[in-house]
Amino acid sequence: MSVFALVSAAAAAAGEAAQGAAESSGGLPQLDFATWPSQLFWLTLTFGGLYWLMAGRFLPAIGGAIEERRDRIADDLDQASEFKRQAEDAETAYNQALAEAKAKAQAIAADTRAEVDSEIADMQAETDAKLAGRLEKAEARINDMKAEASAKVAEAATDATRAIVEKLIDEVPTDDAVARAVANIAR
Amino acid sequence: MQGFRVASPMEQFEIIPIVDLSLGSIDISLTNSAVWMLIGTGAIIAFFFAATRRAAIIPGRLQSTAEVLYEFVSDLVRDTVGPEGRKFFPYVFTLFVWILVANLFGMIPSLPGLPKAAHTFTTTSHLVVTLALAMVTITIVIVYGFYKNGLGFFKLFAPSGQPFYMYFLLVPIEVVSFLSRPLSLAIRLFANMFAGHIILKLFAGFVVSLIGAGGFLAVVGILPFIGAAAVTALEFLVAFLQAYVFAILTCIYLNDAVHAADH
Repeated sequence: MSVFALVSAAAAAAGEAAQGAAESSGGLPQLDFATWPSQLFWLTLTFGGLYWLMAGRFLPAIGGAIEERRDRIADDLDQASEFKRQAEDAETAYNQALAEAKAKAQAIAADTRAEVDSEIADMQAETDAKLAGRLEKAEARINDMKAEASAKVAEAATDATRAIVEKLIDEVPTDDAVARAVANIAR
Repeated sequence: MQGFRVASPMEQFEIIPIVDLSLGSIDISLTNSAVWMLIGTGAIIAFFFAATRRAAIIPGRLQSTAEVLYEFVSDLVRDTVGPEGRKFFPYVFTLFVWILVANLFGMIPSLPGLPKAAHTFTTTSHLVVTLALAMVTITIVIVYGFYKNGLGFFKLFAPSGQPFYMYFLLVPIEVVSFLSRPLSLAIRLFANMFAGHIILKLFAGFVVSLIGAGGFLAVVGILPFIGAAAVTALEFLVAFLQAYVFAILTCIYLNDAVHAADH
């Protein structure tokens, strides 16, 4: 029922519309050739004018801006890669300098160590020599004192021997005989 | 029913003179069509004037839009015609923008109560306009075709690499196909705009008629209303698409003119 009503209403509306069209003009307004010259004139004016402005002014301006931006971006990229290259060069130089410095530092350390070692060795040698000298001197003194002491002991022994012999036999022995006797015992 | 008079779907296409003008014996009256051509073109000029006033490295909103349009058409020409198409770029660009704006401005709703001459008018819904644009394209194709290829332009009608007896069939077909190009180009755009606006007005007319009928039918009026809304959305797509199709077909025909001798 409702569908039927809709269709009939639509048909009525369409009929009315078609009637209106028939009333308003004899045919399509598009085929009313009397209006063509005016439309062509204004089309030529507006389209031609627009083409003139587009070709002469607007499009070169837009294209120029796009082109300029492209150039600028390309330039910037070039510059960026140039900077990158420079940075890499600097890094290489830095690494090289660092390696050189390290090598130099190691060399200096080695030199210093060698120097210090030799100095220590010198000082030790000197000290050793000094000590050895002192030791020698001390030994010599000890030997001297030993010899002196043994000489004194021998003298005392000789004196004692002479005194003992004198007491025993009341005779003074010769120095030679006493020395021989003491030497025989001391041996 | 007086308050609900349904406008005929044809009324929107009527050419109404506003200022009578003539050039010699030729009538060049300022009509509603002429006014809308001037409005559309004026809007385009105003837009591009504002967009290119300061061509900056970092574009503003207007300049970005203009650049998107520029790249869009530029890519279209380059992809279809190749580097030689560069010299036709301003023409294709003007064509695309002019038709696009004419189609889109035709979608602006008319204010109710205004005299008919002040209603919105779709200039591209008239055959003479689209036919004139198509003829400009075909004239460029023919003139440049002969200028570039000389008589080699006729090779366009005889695709190479066919057995000789095929040419008795192929050449007439190619000639007819070439001659029908301006007509198909013109009628495609005109018919799309014409039909779209008729359907729109028919749906709108149904709404008015059904509400006028009152009662239950007034409720049913929601259906053509939805239809009108849907067709409006579709028409915006068609407005863009037909401008694009006109531009790309122009490019394809120009490609023939540039490369006719290579066939």
